[in-house]
Amino acid sequence: MKPAPSVILFTVLSGMGFGLLAFLGAGFVQPVGWLAFFHWGLGYGLAVGGLAASTFHLGNPQRALKAFTQWQTSWLSREAWASVLTLVLLAPVALSDWLGLGWPRVTGLIGAVACFGTVFTTSMIYAQIAAVPRWNNWTVPAMFVSFELTGGALLSGQVLPALIGCSALILALYAHKTKGDVAFAKRGQTLGKATGLDQVGSATVFEQPHTSPNYLMREMIYVVARKHIARLWPIAFGAAAILPAVLVVLLPYHLLTFALAALIHLMGAAASRWLFFAQAEHVVGLYYGQR
Amino acid sequence: MTQLPTHTDKKLGLAIDLDTCVGCQACVTACKGWNDQGYGAALSDQNPYGADPYGTFLNRVHSYQVQPDIGAAQIINFPRSCLHCEDAPCVTVCPTGASYKRTEDGIVLVNEDACIGCGLCAWACPYGARELDQAAGVMKKCTLCVDRIYNENLPEEDREPACVRTCPTGARHFGDFADPDSKVSKLVAERGGYDLMPDLKTKPTNKYLPPRKKDIPQEASLLAPLLDIQATGFAGWLDKVLGKLG
Repeated sequence: MKPAPSVILFTVLSGMGFGLLAFLGAGFVQPVGWLAFFHWGLGYGLAVGGLAASTFHLGNPQRALKAFTQWQTSWLSREAWASVLTLVLLAPVALSDWLGLGWPRVTGLIGAVACFGTVFTTSMIYAQIAAVPRWNNWTVPAMFVSFELTGGALLSGQVLPALIGCSALILALYAHKTKGDVAFAKRGQTLGKATGLDQVGSATVFEQPHTSPNYLMREMIYVVARKHIARLWPIAFGAAAILPAVLVVLLPYHLLTFALAALIHLMGAAASRWLFFAQAEHVVGLYYGQR
Repeated sequence: MTQLPTHTDKKLGLAIDLDTCVGCQACVTACKGWNDQGYGAALSDQNPYGADPYGTFLNRVHSYQVQPDIGAAQIINFPRSCLHCEDAPCVTVCPTGASYKRTEDGIVLVNEDACIGCGLCAWACPYGARELDQAAGVMKKCTLCVDRIYNENLPEEDREPACVRTCPTGARHFGDFADPDSKVSKLVAERGGYDLMPDLKTKPTNKYLPPRKKDIPQEASLLAPLLDIQATGFAGWLDKVLGKLG
């Protein structure tokens, strides 16, 4: 699948933003005054910025509000609802922290749970697609939620949750990679099976149906940079999970430590999300003899 | 609504005969021609006469070389378009309700006024039936020529999808799969029509008719009948005399 920058930005930034909002909402860190404003502002900024980035790849973004209508069947619609409800739910706590109003934090706790629910709905947009075997399993929500936990813990300066997050992330990334690497073969689809021509003999492409790439090939058959895969996976593991964990343990407890760890984590998250798309193979590629 | 109907009165679709298709691409052209006018946004082209042409098509014809266990390799042409699945994954993923399956005839359509062009339905379709039009920014797909098949302004013989109407070899058949006595249902029963990727549980309406078994080429020499002549009568006498002369 094409690793479009808008979708990588959307999933990485909004995941990190909702992670920070979850930690703020649950009260792990309770800044006051302008410090609260900047903390909550960063969380809201990342979450809303990520959601805004997701509209860049729409053909007709002016109709985006219609995406709220089909929550009964569509994970994308559910995600729209979940993200808006979560942001609204957390607003009183954010205001209370900033202006020192002392309002009860119970909506913050509910909002923190909703943050994880939101990122779960994001992950299900991908995990539901049976035509992309690499995505069509539980490792996708596990990975997205682990990213949210790690990103949120690092941005809110929580050592133990950050270490738990990094450990969960290593496991989730490993599970996603190993399960994903064999997912396509396990699905058992081949050119012969996809066309039904295996009942005649062994099928290969004789001639493509068109001489230049079409939407399907540009969107779903991404071949160009797979040579980078071997280099990017270690970077993803190292930058997203291992290095941040080492940094928060070894360096003194300071804002800069966490800022550095979060920045490195963000780069690792972007690398892993690029791989998430670039490595995912759609079964339509079979018709073209490509994957 | 993106909830799939539990039942459709008709199941309109195509039976595509892989035995007769010659890969002439006439259906591709007819489809593009018809859908350049009328229903929804026109199928656009980008840079059509340039070095890197690009365009939206609702029907593509692949060409495969198939090597059977015994005998010579065959070329099998394989038209690919929307299969109007009963459990269409493209419909349920749509966030806006633009994608829908009609209760009356089972045709899967896109309401372009509600389409935001997110592309998720094209991802969800295993068969590559949907292409996002780059000019209109909305998803395009086979409509089964819904603006032809019920169109009483057209002569009756034209009230079928453009690809079916134009096919010079009669490789494409249009009809109601819910009716066991329809032409397409009978064809599927006779020829062993099959679904594409049935394990993905999309329950396609369109069926593919497999290529018929080809004649087995004769292994023996073409001269074989001539080598063992048992001539009788005059021819037998001539044979004997000529043999003595030789």
